[in-house]
Amino acid sequence: MARDDQPKDTATMPMTMIQALRSAMDVMMERDDNVVVYGQDVGYFGGVFRVTDGLQAKYGKSRVFDAPISEGGIVGTAVGMAAYGLRPVVEIQFADYFYPATDQIVSEAARLRYRSAGEFTASMVIRMPCGGGIYGGQTHSQSPEAFFTHVCGLRTVMPSNPYDAKGLLISSIENDDPVIFLEPKRLYNGPFDGHHDRPVVPWSGHALGNVPTGHYTVPLDKANIVRPGNDVTVLAYGTMVWVSEAAARESGVDAEVIDLRSIWPLDLDTIVDSVKKTGRCVIVHEATRTSGFGAELAALVQEHCFYQLEAPIERVTGWDTPYPHAQEWAYFPGPDRVAAALKRTMEGR
Amino acid sequence: MSQSKPLSLHVPEPTGRPGCKTDFSYLQLSPAGAIRRPPIDVAPLDTSDIATGLIRVLDENGDAVGPWAPEVEPELLRFGLRTMMKTRIFDARMVIAQRQKKMSFYMLSLGEEALGTAQALALEDGDMHFPTYRQQSLLIAKQVPLVEMICQLLSNEKDPLKGRQLPVMYSVRRAGFFTISGNLATQYPQAVGWAMASAIKGDTKIASAWIGDGATAESDFSTALTFAHVYRAPVILNVVNNQWAISTFQAIAGGESVTFATRGIGSGIASLRVDGNDFLAVLSASRWAAERARSNLGPTLIEWVTYRAGPHSTSDDPSRYRPADDFQHFPLGDPVARLRQYLTKQGWWSDEENDRVQAELEAEVLAAQKEAESYGILGDERAPSAATMFEDVYKEMPEHLRRQRQELGV
Repeated sequence: MARDDQPKDTATMPMTMIQALRSAMDVMMERDDNVVVYGQDVGYFGGVFRVTDGLQAKYGKSRVFDAPISEGGIVGTAVGMAAYGLRPVVEIQFADYFYPATDQIVSEAARLRYRSAGEFTASMVIRMPCGGGIYGGQTHSQSPEAFFTHVCGLRTVMPSNPYDAKGLLISSIENDDPVIFLEPKRLYNGPFDGHHDRPVVPWSGHALGNVPTGHYTVPLDKANIVRPGNDVTVLAYGTMVWVSEAAARESGVDAEVIDLRSIWPLDLDTIVDSVKKTGRCVIVHEATRTSGFGAELAALVQEHCFYQLEAPIERVTGWDTPYPHAQEWAYFPGPDRVAAALKRTMEGR
Repeated sequence: MSQSKPLSLHVPEPTGRPGCKTDFSYLQLSPAGAIRRPPIDVAPLDTSDIATGLIRVLDENGDAVGPWAPEVEPELLRFGLRTMMKTRIFDARMVIAQRQKKMSFYMLSLGEEALGTAQALALEDGDMHFPTYRQQSLLIAKQVPLVEMICQLLSNEKDPLKGRQLPVMYSVRRAGFFTISGNLATQYPQAVGWAMASAIKGDTKIASAWIGDGATAESDFSTALTFAHVYRAPVILNVVNNQWAISTFQAIAGGESVTFATRGIGSGIASLRVDGNDFLAVLSASRWAAERARSNLGPTLIEWVTYRAGPHSTSDDPSRYRPADDFQHFPLGDPVARLRQYLTKQGWWSDEENDRVQAELEAEVLAAQKEAESYGILGDERAPSAATMFEDVYKEMPEHLRRQRQELGV
């Protein structure tokens, strides 16, 4: 995999996505006194997923601290801190619980710069573990990215591996716009291609788990072609990148798998170039289908690649139901469903 | 076995509806000078009696009495009176301009002029107010040019917000005036966060949050109280209880048989309930809360008891839900008249000066309006360029917005 953005002179070490995210915050807190980190269980305890482990001990309680269970309060105070000039990096424990903060995210963080003509800005990051495939049931599995991509003024980002997680999080913290940073918790400890019946592989055995210890960035608004191919373009992000790669392997279809990384604003050029080359497109996301982000992707591809398309654009997504518990693997868009879509697309349906 | 009677739902009602007289006895008033002034390091729970009483300085004779009577230079009070008068004149002119369709909308602050004016004088440059849409007296006290304010109202070519915001939704950072949002109560936790930031950085600045009685029912109100208490944020949490949220009496917001100040007590925040039409009480209580915050002793909640004398907005007709002469019966009177009475009695103001200042201010507002209108009124060709519509959504304009701007042909 080509890593044109990888620094040449930085020491690396094996990291899980959890450790990579923690390292990103560590690096940024070291470099910038204005970076503060808080959220529920984030301080002393180090986070329910260990992503902030040790940060309070290192930087003190005024930089890393526990917050009341109030998503609206966490985001609302962060907007005020950002207006003062800090760079808050706040955590919502599960993406499923961002809803109480919706007003602060949509009406405030996203609009602050616009409505004040740049007098006040909300340079802040809202981290949220997201995604399913962990028997999380209805409120520990959701993928709400489409709620955010619909909001003008927000950036929505989702990494798929430790290297990108750290580089994208550092870019997000340094960015002057509000960033919704979605972390697929299914990928926290190792890649997952949807084969739940196989043993989990840790990141330590993977090249992308080898992460520079210092400062580096992965640019926002730039997609990554994780598997070059000629037959069909697969647009995916988060866990679905790994599922899509597995599906390409197993279907025998020479699919070009693109990891969007930045969901919105996105890297339209990479998408359009690829679809113009392949003439086919399959969109894969865990989120429910109707009005999901796949709909926007399909529309963009249709608008920009209409004359090159040789088959209808396919969407492989979560069903239009709440995320179930017992029916986890019937719901989760696994490699078989993606492979079937790849084959259908190659047949022109 | 007890006999169960059918339950019934309680829906609070104001005593006064159109054609009736409001019974203001629900207000729980205290005589001027009756409420003690605790030290600024008072324990929050020890302010419980003050949260149910009413701090007042000016008595019916126009004398300043009791422990809250502030030490204040006559010049500052004269400036305060001028500012309140200017705010009232400004409001009246802008309502006319709205009726003349020069602007789409306006909200006046009639009867509430003392609040922003006195608190602006109690705080310092560098402190940040997180106002609602009814604290224009803050801007006028901070001597923000009226022309600039009117340009915002007119959405013209000199509108500092480039025509993006509804009239009244000012943003004036240099005056410590945070960008106003249409979404109620959102600024309350933001003010707490700003104050937390000041504390995190070891700064000496404090924040001032503003909310109305109706908006206290929003979740952001209680959220802000919790965060302010937990982190002992240097913030003044102002609740402007003007008795009305559009057509809804404050009892529907949760004010029946309770004061909004006691919400602070329940959250562990020192809380005061103050006569909002008593300029000296507003100044004094604001100074107390500011000193408490600046001394790192934590937040203060202040319920200002006042009355929304005008319509909610230019889109509202209060005669459809409350008595037309309600304000004349409001027991705390008119803040401008009360301070004028006090200053006159002290020999620091006179009827002649009042007439002269009134005329001066009317001329000043009119001149500002004329100048502002010379840069355009709503809907004429001197509106901010449509191309600017796409700016400031993000710091740098992303590709999709560039394309949309081109699509519009600008």
